[in-house]
Amino acid sequence: MSIKKIHKDQPKTFEFNEKSMLAANKIVSNYPDGKQQSAVMALLYIAQRQNDNWIPLTAMKYIAKFLDMPYIKVYEVATFYSMYNLSPVGKYFFQVCTTTPCMLRGAYDLVKVCKKKISEKENELSADGKISWMEVECLGACVNAPMMQVNQDYYEDLNDKKLEEIIDKIYQNKTPKSGSYTGRINAEPVNNRKTLLGNKNA
Amino acid sequence: MLKDEDRIFQNLYNDSGADIESAKLRNDWNGTKEILEKGREWIINEVKSSELRGRGGAGFPTGLKWSFAPKEVGSRPHYLVINADESEPGTCKDRDILRFEPHKLIEGCLIASYAVNAHKCYIYIRGEYFNEGQKLQTAIDEAYKNNLIGKNSLNSGWDLDIYIHYGAGAYICGEETALLESLEGKKGQPRLKPPFPALIGLYGCPTIINNVETVAAVPTILRRGAKWFSSLGRPKNTGTKIYCISGNVNNPCNVEEEMGIPLKELIETHAGGVVGGWDNLKAVIPGGSSMPMLPKEICDNIKMDFDACVENKTGLGTAGIVVINNDQDIIKCMARIARFYKHESCGQCTPCREGSGWMWRMLERMAAGEATPDEVDMLFDVTKQIEGHTICAFGEGSSWPVQGLIRHFKDEILERNKFDPVVKKQKNIPYLVDQHLLEKENA
Repeated sequence: MSIKKIHKDQPKTFEFNEKSMLAANKIVSNYPDGKQQSAVMALLYIAQRQNDNWIPLTAMKYIAKFLDMPYIKVYEVATFYSMYNLSPVGKYFFQVCTTTPCMLRGAYDLVKVCKKKISEKENELSADGKISWMEVECLGACVNAPMMQVNQDYYEDLNDKKLEEIIDKIYQNKTPKSGSYTGRINAEPVNNRKTLLGNKNA
Repeated sequence: MLKDEDRIFQNLYNDSGADIESAKLRNDWNGTKEILEKGREWIINEVKSSELRGRGGAGFPTGLKWSFAPKEVGSRPHYLVINADESEPGTCKDRDILRFEPHKLIEGCLIASYAVNAHKCYIYIRGEYFNEGQKLQTAIDEAYKNNLIGKNSLNSGWDLDIYIHYGAGAYICGEETALLESLEGKKGQPRLKPPFPALIGLYGCPTIINNVETVAAVPTILRRGAKWFSSLGRPKNTGTKIYCISGNVNNPCNVEEEMGIPLKELIETHAGGVVGGWDNLKAVIPGGSSMPMLPKEICDNIKMDFDACVENKTGLGTAGIVVINNDQDIIKCMARIARFYKHESCGQCTPCREGSGWMWRMLERMAAGEATPDEVDMLFDVTKQIEGHTICAFGEGSSWPVQGLIRHFKDEILERNKFDPVVKKQKNIPYLVDQHLLEKENA
């Protein structure tokens, strides 16, 4: 279970904007009548995206009213799952996977780079306030280790040099490309593919 | 090596695209209506005789699971739930199916939901797989547009709606009852079984939960026949499986192979061998982090299927193979896995909530060489007190890897941890020293 700190400066109000409202209503309609509580996870996520990647307490209260459920139940969900940020994070939110398969291939080198180039401690903003980083558990791309997630995109097959380049690009206001950084295609073995060659050459 | 035409997931590396036209070229949606017309009984029997076992880790026979769903729909509707909450360290097979073979999954959903009488299907994808989920949603939209699913899908008279539900970064939601709780909008804490979800599941209704790979394999099995599928592998361990080979190998990759392929062949042929050669191999975790590791002696000969793994006191699990070579500190590797479990415990049962952190701290000390020799046995004892004393299988999942380490590498731990708590030698580690003895010596 993860420990989550509630941010000190909470906004006074929160309301879905038009786009969020549309998305929220669509999601609620996915579930049977009277089971609208199922939508709480998706709604929290929508709120998070609307509010610069973090969820204020007022948003939880708003969602509780929206779904006609107790506030504490929304709060429980928001604190239980690790993808909900309860305090502000950088515009570029780096999540570096350091679980064993990534660790075996040098994930802690990436952590070192983050410490050097972003901030000494996890969850602290970089000097220009653009990036923050944290260590996370397995992101499910072990074959492409070591890897990290920036907002929604996966950056795979990294090493410390490549990560430095990515960070530099962001500091220069460019968006680095996502995907593998050794140029391999998805999860195929590099230079050693022995299967489905007919499809490859087709 | 398995012949290419026997591979189910022809687009595993996305050579030809995931859209519906390319999928149809790969034979997806070919004769699906005829399959449905053969009836429920036939589908379930065919899946049963193919001996397909669930690919999510536990290896439960899929046909049998489907047959648990009530034959007639009573007052409560049936649900089909697809478990795409792939979070087991070492495993990334479902991700490639979601990205590149979504139509196999959707077709499988249609057949499975027909077989278990469900009109609604929820696909629970882990929140981190946002882009993969978007790709699946595109494929679902395509399927609706072509009347493959939706009202009167394929003009077969069967209605099916498929919805995606995103998780939010909780490993435990891969456990089927925790997944249902999460789907209902609660904390993902597992439920007691029985009642089993097949009778009382989502919203208290009969629910069948299957892994992505299992369901995606079903259409091909039914098209080519159960005989074809069961001719691969050996009895009770039939068919093909996507293996994810990661860690210290030269070419980490996902590859679909026959069940029961020797581990050595798998690593040497497809993953380009262990870094530093086969002799540099230290240990292999054969089925995702929850399964006990195997030392090199066993890796030399073991075959990768459910029963062969059980014979060697481990499990095939999700077939996420993590290779560890001699350059790594094996105790540290396991300490990191223990930290993973400490982080992911849902906190419901005390043995798991407290024990997982306990094991992690103890292993970190052992990795640093600060433990006493007695503590190795104590750690083993702790794992035995977690295992089997929790609501879900997370207790086993967190304690088995530690047991595997102690079973095979006890000597190495003992060699590093010769710390003697008797006062005279080490005064500088206060938490292990009897303070009153210290004073005596100083007096």
